Formats: sequence, structure tokens, C-alpha cells
Amino acid sequence: MRYRAGFALLIALAPACSGVALAFLPKSFLVLAPAVAYAACAIFLLGLLARLWRWTSSPVPFRIPTTCGQQRSLAWIPPARLDNPSTGLTAGARMLLEVLTFRSLLRNSRSRAGSDAVTSHDSLGLWLGAIVFHWSLLIILLRHLRLFVQPVPAFVLTLQKLDAPFHTGAHPLYLSDVALLLALAYLLLRRLANPLVRYVSLLTDYLALWLLLEVALTGVLMRYLIGVDVTSIKQFAVSLAAFSPVLPRNCGPWFFAHLFLACSLAAYIPFSKIAHMAGVWLSPTRNLANNNRAVRHINPWNAPVKTHTYAEWLEENKDKLKSAGIPE
Amino acid sequence: MSSDLIQIEQHSPKGDWASTKPEFRKGTWCYSATPQNLSSLDLPNPRPWQPSDPDWKLPENWKQILLDGIKERLEKYRSFRLFMDLCVRCGACADKCHFYLGSGDPKNMPVLRAELLRSIYRRYFTVSGRLFGRLAGGRELTEDVVKEWFYYFYQCTECRRCSVYCPYGIDTAEITMIGRELLNLIGCNTNWVLDPASKCYRIGNHLGIPPHSLKDNLDFAVDELEEITGVRVEVPIGKKGAEVLFVAPSADYFVTPHYYTLLGYLALFHEIGLDYTFSAYASEGGNFGLFSSHELMKRLNAKIYDEAKRLKVKWVLGGECGHMWRVINQYMDTMNGPADFLETPVSPVTGTRFDHVRSTKMLHIAEFSADLIHQGKIRLDPRRNDHWRVTYHDSCNPARAMGLLDEPRYILRSSCNHFFEMPESTIREHTFCCGSGSGLGTDENMEMRLRGGYPRAMAVKHVKERHDVNALACICAIDKAVLPPLLEYWAPGVEVAGVHELLGNALVLKGEKQRTTDLRGQPIQTAEEEPAHA
Repeated sequence: MRYRAGFALLIALAPACSGVALAFLPKSFLVLAPAVAYAACAIFLLGLLARLWRWTSSPVPFRIPTTCGQQRSLAWIPPARLDNPSTGLTAGARMLLEVLTFRSLLRNSRSRAGSDAVTSHDSLGLWLGAIVFHWSLLIILLRHLRLFVQPVPAFVLTLQKLDAPFHTGAHPLYLSDVALLLALAYLLLRRLANPLVRYVSLLTDYLALWLLLEVALTGVLMRYLIGVDVTSIKQFAVSLAAFSPVLPRNCGPWFFAHLFLACSLAAYIPFSKIAHMAGVWLSPTRNLANNNRAVRHINPWNAPVKTHTYAEWLEENKDKLKSAGIPE
Repeated sequence: MSSDLIQIEQHSPKGDWASTKPEFRKGTWCYSATPQNLSSLDLPNPRPWQPSDPDWKLPENWKQILLDGIKERLEKYRSFRLFMDLCVRCGACADKCHFYLGSGDPKNMPVLRAELLRSIYRRYFTVSGRLFGRLAGGRELTEDVVKEWFYYFYQCTECRRCSVYCPYGIDTAEITMIGRELLNLIGCNTNWVLDPASKCYRIGNHLGIPPHSLKDNLDFAVDELEEITGVRVEVPIGKKGAEVLFVAPSADYFVTPHYYTLLGYLALFHEIGLDYTFSAYASEGGNFGLFSSHELMKRLNAKIYDEAKRLKVKWVLGGECGHMWRVINQYMDTMNGPADFLETPVSPVTGTRFDHVRSTKMLHIAEFSADLIHQGKIRLDPRRNDHWRVTYHDSCNPARAMGLLDEPRYILRSSCNHFFEMPESTIREHTFCCGSGSGLGTDENMEMRLRGGYPRAMAVKHVKERHDVNALACICAIDKAVLPPLLEYWAPGVEVAGVHELLGNALVLKGEKQRTTDLRGQPIQTAEEEPAHA
């Protein structure tokens, strides 16, 4: 119940908030815009750093990689270098590929237990939705650099060109925009439609997706449907990046909605599950080599424990050892 | 499938998981640990109680003890803190758990098992949880939550299958281990874990076999092996200055079908003339401490190095055991090392230097034997296993906490003519647990064990129907104890064997008599009887 009520509330409230922001944008907000943007950036950066500091201040007492392939043991048995890394280098490669290609999700399958069999088949939907979402978001963020940097870096121009292979007219259609919206819609619908995922979902899981969707939607609306004064926006963005902000005049209400939502998202990240963008790198089941028996791992808080020593044991078992002829 | 078997069904869960409570139905939980066992290990809150009682007789300040315990562990384990924070509830793990597949209980989805603890973490240890409570996924810590923890943390076998699929590598084994440690702090333990642990601590092994009985059992094995092979072997115990200390799970000395694996070890060691010794003090390789707390794991494991030092051996060889190897591969050296008084293991027969264990100095017997076979130092006659059509079950820990996958397969393929793999999604790193690991293999928990083992059993049934498989080989003492009743229930007609049992069947001993039976005493076709096939 609480989810349904909370979710309804969220659906109702979020567009309403943006609506209010749009309708009542007084001129005085212009003055606040740079402050909001800086504050959001600061919360994002400092918040993530604080989170990282908190995570790293807990030590890694044991080396516990999840091994997903053959270990390196005998010279004639080929090891699975990536899935069961035995060196720091291969563990790094495993981690990098995990982040860049979501290799663990790529293993995903759907299993169902029936009355006399467990059926299992590959299931790439989640992997596809996740990878399309993350990569298109990255491409879009990189494309945004053209607003902040003057002259526009060459790689951004190249990226723009690659992202819009069907370039026609003044407003090229970026594939990443389409992909991002489709992927977000898929992830949201999946969360709602899959009974297991819906059952485990928290309100905050919807909140994160909803915020992302709203940022994306305002951006897409602004760019393809409503049209905004890009020159003014760029002027504002460049001034922000140069730490000498000018007031964002002639940018239009949709820009402010987009900016405001993006700032909310950025400021929310350190307090949310989206902080996994930083945390995943630290995961001890993925970023460590399975070389425990070759290289000793040190536990900083390793303390002596009470054991039943041989002397104590011998005291209790002397007669038995003697009767059995076992040397002491 | 006949209707008197447990029905396995899955329903779409509805409503709010936080407001459901577990039902302590007979057959789905383990008895509490006796006060004596808690006392003998100096563990807190010894008292008579059972999980089915309404009053668990928790200490007065149980809530503070748990919250302090969580705080301490958040500061000691990065894994714990990260795994509390990282999950996005994508659901990739949901149907990977054998307990979820077999029970259909949504709280057996790894993500929810972790949320049982995560919801408390959020409420008491995060800003958003303290401010927004349930809206931010937080939950009050109540006695019902403690009962729920007990129910579900003892319905997880710490098999790590879910962590293979998690995009952040979140390992439910880690969460269950911490959850059980917390329960330990207020005296909520199970007897099937603490009774063996206590016996291992005091007497030397989980089964509580005292030194003289160990000697009797090994002597009996020597006689039996002589009867089968005509070769009399020597089995030293506590021999100072031996080259190798051999440590096996204690079930190998005492229980069938483990015992046939012991016969295999003894025959192998004799054949290659290994200078080794058993130990009565460190007569246990397995470690039920792992199922209780990191500290107890360390207390039990310490004996192996202590004994290796006392006996002045050069290195340590370990037998077929699953959780034992989780401890040896991922914890032993860190906890009780450095083993600087030992030497890097070198095979006295092949000269192979096992550099991959140069720090821990403890080698798995499958690594040792695979090397012997590969270098052609032992003679095998796989026809002696022709009555077996064999499949191989990867035990969880050697698979997912080590990666010992191809060594046992190499031994099996060299020792048996008929070897068949189960479906790919159920072997190697994808292997399904026996359903009774991590100290759940007790009879009062039988319904849950049969449910948890269902996915594994169905894979066995598949190869049984397809290839007439009649033997499942494995390298885990818990597997050997719990898979026979599981398979008898779901896939009757498949026996459980150790890898070194099958190796022992095939191993040609110098001076042996014509073998008429395998190590189980079952008649085999002898070479003379089948010239037509030669």
C-alpha cells in the first residue's frame, strides 16, 4: 500500500513542481540560477567525496573476489584471466570491463522452477536497457560540453557528428537522446511490470528514475519542440564554467526547468543509490585478484583470538593418545 | 511427478514485504544451539529456547547490542558498508537463489534477504533514513525483525551464486555472515552449526572423534583397503618431521560415502610413497566457524598452522571439502599466517613447484593429483569405473571462492570412461548449491533442504534421463552428506561419490591383486572378462 500511495504522490508532485517552477519563474530567479547551479555542483562533488571517504575509511580485511572462471594453478590448465584474475592488472581489467560493459549483467538469465524442472534461458533485456541508458547518458553529458567550452573541443564535434548520422536540417536528431528516453522508459516499465522487481522496489528507486526522466524530457522538449536561444544558454554556461557568471537572460522557462531538475538530480546523487557510480569501483568481490594463496593479504585489525592450544588439548587427551599409540 | 512430493510453485508476490512475518513451520528451520555449546565456546546469552517459542529470551539491551554490532562491522568491513549502500534493486539476483527457486518465498530473493538488514541500516545509520524513515526505505528494529533475520539468514547457504550476476558484485554470503554474527551477539544460533564447532574446538573435529577412535577408524580403513586391493598401506598420525601434513574434513574418516574417498586418498598416498601424516589435534579441515562468525572461523582454523609448525612438516595438503577451501583460499593466511615456517609445496613425485600457493603453503588434493596424472606418474585403469556414468557437481566454494573447476574434471575424465556435464547454467561458476551448505544440513530442516536443493536435483535428473547418469561426483563433505537424501527424493538412482573415490577405483597399485570390487565393495567387471572390448 505505502508504495502505491507514495508512487501516486510522486507522479502527481514531480510534474507539478516543474510546472510551478515554469509558471512562476520571476525575474528574481535569474539571480538565483548561478547560485543554484554552483550549490548543486558543490553538493555533488563534496557529497560524493564524503561518500568515498566513508567507504574507504572501512578497511578490506579479507580478499574475497567472486571467482567466475578457472583459477590460475597448474601451468597446463588455462586460467580465466578476466573472470578469475590472478594479478592486479587482470583484476583492473575485470573491473574496467565491469564498469564499461556490465559483464556481470551480461550473464543474466531468467529461471523458473516448475513442478518437475527448473527452466533457464538467457535474458539480455536488463543488460541492454542498462547499457543503453548509461552510455547514451555519457554521450549526452559529453555533448553538453559544447555549451560550457569555447571553442568547442574537436572530440565533442566529432561525437555530435557520430551521434546524428541522419543529419537533416538545423536540428539534427541525436540517437543518444532517443536511446536515453527509450532506455529510461524500459527501466521504469520493467520496474512496474515485473512482479518481482516491483515487489523489491523502494520509493527512492522510482524517484531516481523519475528525476532522470524529467531531466531528459525537459531537455528533449526544449531542443526539438519548443526551441530555445542556444546562444544565450551558451553565454550563461560559459560564464558559469569561468566562475564569472552572467545572468541567464533570454533562456526561456524550459531551460530553467531543465537546469533546476538537473541540479536537483546532481545534488541528490550523493545521498542516493546513484552513488553506485563511485562505489562500484571499490567492490571487493570484483576489484581484487584471486591470489590469496600466493600473496598474503593483510587485515589491519587482525587480532589474536582464544584458541584451544595443543598443550591444553594434550592435557585432556594424553591417555587416549597413549592407548592408541599416537606420538605426543 | 507424484503428488506426494513437495510442490514447487512460484507466485507473483503482492503487497509490502516489510509487513509480512515468517512462519516458523516445522521443517523449515534449525533447532537452537544448546546452552552447553554456547558456554564451551564462551559465546553470549546461553539459555534454553527454540525459534518456535514466542519469547526468545533476548538479553535486555538486545537492541543496543545489535546497533553497536552493526556500527562496529560497518567500520571493520568495507564489503558490508558498500553492500548496504550500492544495491539499486535491479532484480538480476532475484531468481538466482536456489532457496527462492525452491521455496517461492520472495524474501529468499537475495536482494530482499539483504534488504532485511539494509532497511535497519538505513533507519539507524543514514541521514535520509533517519529523516524520512519508511519513505527512504528504513525500518524500525523490533523483535520481529530479529526473528525474520534468524529465519532468512539460516535459509542462505552463503553459496555466492547471486554475486556472480550482481553488477556491483554484492555478495549475499557476506551479508548473511554479518547477519549471523549479529544474531550471535544476542545468543541466537543453531545447534547444527555450534555443536560441530564446539566439538572441533575442544576435541579436534566436527564429529567429535577422539584420537583413539580416529586411529581405530584409519586402521579399519587400512584393513578394508587391503581386502579390496591386496595392498597394505601405512597411515601415520602425528608423525613429526613428515614432509606433508594432510588435513581432510572429518566426515571422511567416519561417514559414507565420504569414507570411500578416504580409501582413495590412502591408496594414492601409498602408491606414490608420499611422506605424510594425519593429525589428531588438527583432524578437521572443514570449518563450521565460518557459519557463525569470522572470529570463530579463525579460532578453529588456527589449529592447522599450529600443528604444521609443531610437526615440522614442509607443507600442507588438504582433502575434498567445500567450505574448508573457502576458508583456506580466502581467509587462512590473512587470519593465521604468515606461514613462514613452511616451504612452497613441491610435488615429491613430479617435482612440480606449486607457486600459486607459495604464501599459504596449502595445496588442494585435486591440484596435487591432476599434476600426478598429467605428468604420467600414476597408472589409471578407467574401465574399473565403467559401472559408473558420472556427472560432476561443482561445490559452491571451490567454484566461486577459488575457481577450482578444471582440476577435478581432469581427474574424472582420466579415471572414468563415461563422463557427462549437467546443463551449462548449473555448473562451474553458475553451479547450484546442494541446498544444505553453511550449516543447514540438519534433519529438522529437511523440507527447506529439499526445496533449496531442488534446482541442483533437477539438473541431475536431466542428465540421468538423458545419459543414464548414475553417479554424481563432488569434492565437498557437506555435498556427500546431503546430496544422497536429496537425490533419493528428487532423482532416485543417482549415487554420490568423491573424486578421489573414483580415482582410487581406477588407480593401479604396484603389487595389487586382481580387483573384483570397487572401493564400495561393489562388483566390477575385470579386465580379463572383457577381451571383446580390448
